Amino acid sequence: MRRKLIRGSVAVAAVVALAACSTDDVDDPAPQAEGSSEETEGSSEEWFVQADYDEQFEQRSATFEGDPEQPWLQYIDGEMTDTSSFAAKGAKKVCFSNASIDNPWRQTGWITMNEQLKVLQDAGVISEMETRDAQADDNTQLSDIDYFISEGGCDAFVISPNSTAALTPGVERACETGKPVIVFDRGVETDCPTTFIHPIGGYAWGIDTAEFLSENLEEGDKVVALRILPGVDVLEHRWAAAEKIFEENGIDAVDYFTGADPTEIKSIISDELAKGDVHGVWMDAGDGAVAAIEAFEDAGADLPVMTGEDEMSFLRKWEETGLTGLAPVYSNFQWRTPLLAVEKIFKGEEVPKEWVLPQVPITEEERAQFLEANDGMPDGHYAKFGGEDLPGYPDVWQERIIP
Amino acid sequence: MSAPTVVPVSGARPPIPEHRGGPGRRLVEALQTPGGGVFVLAALLLVAVVVANPSFGEPGSLIRFVGRTAPIAIAAMGQYFVIVSGEFDLSMGAVITAQVVMAGNLIGQDDGKVVPVLLLMIGLGVLIGLVNGLLTTLLKVPSFIVTLGTMLALSGLVLYLTGGAATGNPADSFRNIGRGGIQGVPVLEVIPYPALILLVLAVGAVVLMRRPFGRTLIAAGDNPEAARLAGTTLWWLKTRAFVLSSLSATVAGIILVGYAGVHPSVGRGYEFTAITAVVLGGVVLGGGRGWVLSAAAGAFALELLFSLLNFLGVESTWRDTVQGVIIIAAVAVAGRAWSAGRRPASRSPAGPDPATSPATSPATSPASPGTPVPGTTQGES
Amino acid sequence: MSAVEQGGRRSVTLTSTGIVYLVLVFVVVLAAILTATQGRNFFSTGNLTTILTGTGVLGFIAVGQTLVILAGSLDLSVPYVTSLSSLVAGGIMAGQSSNVLAGVVAALAVCAVIGLVNGLVVTLLDVHGFIATLGMGLIISGYLATNYKGSHGEAPRSFRLIGATRIGPVPISVLIMLGCAVLVILMLRRTRLGMHLYAVGGNREVARMSGVRTTTPVVAAHLLSSVLAGMAGLLLLSRLSVGSPTIGSQGGYDLMSIAAVVLGGTLLAGGKGNVLGTLGGVAIFAVLDNLMSVMSLNAFLKDAVRGLVIVAAVAVYARRDTHRRLARFERPSVTDRVLEEAR
Repeated sequence: MRRKLIRGSVAVAAVVALAACSTDDVDDPAPQAEGSSEETEGSSEEWFVQADYDEQFEQRSATFEGDPEQPWLQYIDGEMTDTSSFAAKGAKKVCFSNASIDNPWRQTGWITMNEQLKVLQDAGVISEMETRDAQADDNTQLSDIDYFISEGGCDAFVISPNSTAALTPGVERACETGKPVIVFDRGVETDCPTTFIHPIGGYAWGIDTAEFLSENLEEGDKVVALRILPGVDVLEHRWAAAEKIFEENGIDAVDYFTGADPTEIKSIISDELAKGDVHGVWMDAGDGAVAAIEAFEDAGADLPVMTGEDEMSFLRKWEETGLTGLAPVYSNFQWRTPLLAVEKIFKGEEVPKEWVLPQVPITEEERAQFLEANDGMPDGHYAKFGGEDLPGYPDVWQERIIP
Repeated sequence: MSAPTVVPVSGARPPIPEHRGGPGRRLVEALQTPGGGVFVLAALLLVAVVVANPSFGEPGSLIRFVGRTAPIAIAAMGQYFVIVSGEFDLSMGAVITAQVVMAGNLIGQDDGKVVPVLLLMIGLGVLIGLVNGLLTTLLKVPSFIVTLGTMLALSGLVLYLTGGAATGNPADSFRNIGRGGIQGVPVLEVIPYPALILLVLAVGAVVLMRRPFGRTLIAAGDNPEAARLAGTTLWWLKTRAFVLSSLSATVAGIILVGYAGVHPSVGRGYEFTAITAVVLGGVVLGGGRGWVLSAAAGAFALELLFSLLNFLGVESTWRDTVQGVIIIAAVAVAGRAWSAGRRPASRSPAGPDPATSPATSPATSPASPGTPVPGTTQGES
Repeated sequence: MSAVEQGGRRSVTLTSTGIVYLVLVFVVVLAAILTATQGRNFFSTGNLTTILTGTGVLGFIAVGQTLVILAGSLDLSVPYVTSLSSLVAGGIMAGQSSNVLAGVVAALAVCAVIGLVNGLVVTLLDVHGFIATLGMGLIISGYLATNYKGSHGEAPRSFRLIGATRIGPVPISVLIMLGCAVLVILMLRRTRLGMHLYAVGGNREVARMSGVRTTTPVVAAHLLSSVLAGMAGLLLLSRLSVGSPTIGSQGGYDLMSIAAVVLGGTLLAGGKGNVLGTLGGVAIFAVLDNLMSVMSLNAFLKDAVRGLVIVAAVAVYARRDTHRRLARFERPSVTDRVLEEAR
C-alpha cells in the first residue's frame, strides 16, 4: 500500500513540476562541493583534512590587517568582494536568521550583537533587524530563510547556519535575491555569500590546546578529553587536530561526550581517577570546566594540566586553583562583525570574501588582565566578547539581558 | 497507560508479602521478582565494575559512589510515587534546573541567604507539584502532557529570566550539602551528606508506602475506579504524589548544586533517567505495582552501568547503544520473571504487587498454599 | 471528512475533533490579528507556505505516533529513525537521480525493520513501549554517532523537487503527508486491522478474550510509525539535500509528536482518538510557531508559550473527553463490532 503511495506521490510530484508550479531553486551545486561532504563511516580520520589543518596552522601566526584594538574588524589579507554595486544611502533593514541561542557562548554573542545594532541604528545605518531563531533545527532555519526571502522585505541577510551542508540550499536561495548575504560562525558549502566571517577555526583550537598539553606533559601521560557532542563540524575539527597531536606526542588520550553537563563531567572524571592517574584534561568548550576541576579536588588528586575556554567560570577557577592551564578562544566578538560588515557593504567598501578574525588563546600571563576587565560578569560570560566600547557596557552583559 | 480492568473491587488490595514464610525464603522469593531482581542486577553490575577496576571496591570509593548516585536515586524514588499511581512526571529535569539556577542566582556568596532561599526552593517545589497534580486530576489533562507543558514552560522561563547562564556558584556553605560529608569515619574515610540524605529519604519513603497513603496510592494506580469507590479522594491523593515528586527533584537539585555546580544543563534529561531507573526497578508504567526501594536500586544499577562503560573504555560513540540494549534486556527479563511468577495466579487482573507474586508461584505453593492473610485490605499491621 | 471520522463513536469523537478544529480556528484568528499588528498579512502566500511547510515533517511523525498511541504504546525512537532514514536514503542516492527509488525503498525498509523490532519487543518480550522505544532510540543514536560524521550523502535534484515544489502556497510534501494520513484513516476505519487496533488499545485483555490476536495490531502500529518517521526523514533529505545524523533530534519530534497527538484529542492511554484530530494538533503547533516567529518572540519564551498552550488546549476538552466511565462503556461495543466483523 505504502509503496504504491510513494510511487503515486512521486508521479504526482512530477506532474506538478511539469505543470510549472512554483519551485524553489534546487540547482545541483557545483560538483566541486560534493567531495567535502562525502564523509562516511569510520573513525575521526574523516574529519581530518590535512590541507585545512595546515592552513589554520599557518593562520595562527599570520599578520592581521586593521587595528588590533578592534579585533572584530581585523582580517587576514586575501580575496576581497567588491560591493560598489550595493552602495546606497539611508537606513537598511537587516534580516538575521540565527541558528539558536542555546549555549552561553551564543547568548553572550547575541547580547553583544544587539548592542552593536543599537549603535548602527542610532547612526542611521540600519533601520531594523528582524530575527528568526531556529532553535537549533536545520529544517526550521531553512523555513526562516525562505520566509525572509518572500515576506521579510530585507535589504541584507545575515545568517548564522545551524549546520554546514544542510543550510547550503537556503543560503544559495538568499544569494539569488541579489542582496548582500553575510554568513558567520559555521560556514556553508558555497562561496556565494558576500562575506563569510569566522575566527581561524576548529583546527587552530585543537593545535593550540594539544600543543600546550603536550608541552606540559610527558610521553605516556593520560589526558581525558571532554567533548560536548558528536557531529558538529566546528567541534569535530577541534578534536581531530588535538587527537593527531596527542598521537604524535605519545599522549594517551581518551574522549567522552558530556553534553556539557557538569554532572556527567564530574562522574566521568571521578571514574577516570578511580581507574588511575589523570595528568591532563582537554575540553572542546569551557562549560563545565569547574566540575572537572572539582572532581580532582574531591578525590584528593593532583590537579591536571588543563585547557578550558575563555568563559569566566574557567578563568576564575583557574586563578583560584593555580593549575597549569590555557584558555583557548573561539572569538566571541565575531558577533559584532556581521552588522559592521553590513555598514561597509552599503557604503560600497570592499570586504574580505572570507573574513578570518583573530583567534588568540588567553595565557596565564594575560589572565589577570581579563579577569579584571570582566569583573562582575556572570560565570557564563566570555572574556573576549569585545563589547567594552558599546553603550550598554557593562550592565547589559552583567544582567545578561537577552533581547 | 494502565489497562483498565474489569475486576471486582475486592481485587484492589494486593496481599502483603511480609506475612508469608520465613525471612530467608522471603528474600529468595523477593529476588525472583522484577522488584527484587533489580538488586541482583545492581549486584552483578557492581561485581563487574569491581572486576574491571578493583580499586572501585574499596569502601571509600563505594561510599563516594553512593553519594554521587544519591540525587538520581532520590529523583527515582520521587518519580516512583507518580508512576505507581499511574501517572508520569516529565517536569523533573526542568524542576532540577530551575532550582539549581535559582540557588546560584539568589544565594550568591551570602551565607545568610542560605536558609531563606532553601525554604523558597522547597516552596517552589511544592507549588510545581501542586500545579502538576491539580491540572492532572481536576482538569483531567493527561499527566504526560501536563508535565511536558510544565517542563517546557519552566525551562523556558528560567532561561529567559537568567539569560541562559547563572551568575555563578552559590556560597560554599550551601554547596557543602552536596559536596561535603562527615570526615574521619573509620574504614569509609568520609560519609558524604548526599548518602545520608538518601538513607533518610529512603527510610521515609518506605514508611510512607506502608502507611494508608502508600497503600491507597498503589491501589489507585492499579484500579482508580475501585479506589474511588472505596472512598479515596483521588485528586488529593495523586496531587500529593506529584508534590512528592517535585520535592524530590528539589532535593536532587540542592545536592547537584554542590556536586556539579550551577549550570543550566544540570538536570537535563533527569526525567528520562529517573523513569528508566524506576522501570528497571520493576515498577510497572501505568501504576499499581512496584516497590519504592527497587526504584532507588534501579538508579544504582543505571549509574553502575555508566561507570562500567567508563571502566571498560567502551568507545564514546557506542555508549548509547550499549545502554539501550541493556535497558531493554533488563526490562524484558524482569517482565519474564514477572509473568512466570504470576501465571498460576489466574491472571488476576488486579495484578499482585510484584513483591507478592512469588508467594503465589508454583515453587512456593506447597508451603504456603494461598494462606489467607488477615488485614490485607487496609493499612499495615 | 470531518463529520463522521470514526463510525462507532459518533458524538464523543465528533466533539473532541470538533473542539480541536475550533481551537485551531481560534489560533488562526489570533495569529491573523497579531500578524496584522506587525504590518504583515497572515494569509499571504509566503506566510501560508511557511506554516504549511512547518506541518510536513511533524505531520508524518504524528500520524504514525497516533497509531502507536491508539494501540496503547508509545514511540520515542522516532527522531533517530528519522535521522537514520535521511542518511540511508541520502547515502544510496549519492546525488544520482537513478538511485532515488533504491534510496527510498532501502530507507523505508530499514525503518520498517526497526518498527518491527519495536513492535516485537513490546508484544513478545512484554516491554512497555516507553522503554522499548527509548532503548531503541539509544541504540540507533549510538549507531549514528559511530558511523556518521556529520552530514552524509546527497539528494539529486529530482528528489529535492519534492521538498521545493508547491501548488499555490501548498508544498507537495504536505500533500504527500496528507495522502499518507488519508491512507491511515482508511486503514483505521475500513480494515479489520484498524478495528483490532482500537480494540487492543482500549483493553488488551478484553480484546484478547474476544479472540483478537493482540500482537498483530501493536506490531503493525509500530511498524507504520517507524515507516512514517522514515518518510519524514526522506522529506527532510529532500529539503536539506543531505542526510543528517542529528536532524531528528533537532526537531524534538518524540515529545512534540506525542503532544500533537494528545492535542488532537487522542487518549494517551490508547483505544480512542483519530488521525484527523492529530492533523489539527499539528496545524495548531505550526500556526503558533509561525506567530511567535513573526512576533520575534525571545527563543526561550517560545518554549514557555508552547508549554502553556499544550496544557491549556488539552484542558479545554480533556475534562469531558477522557471521562473514564464513558470510555469503558464504549469499549465493549468496539469489540462487539470487531467480533461481528470477524464472523
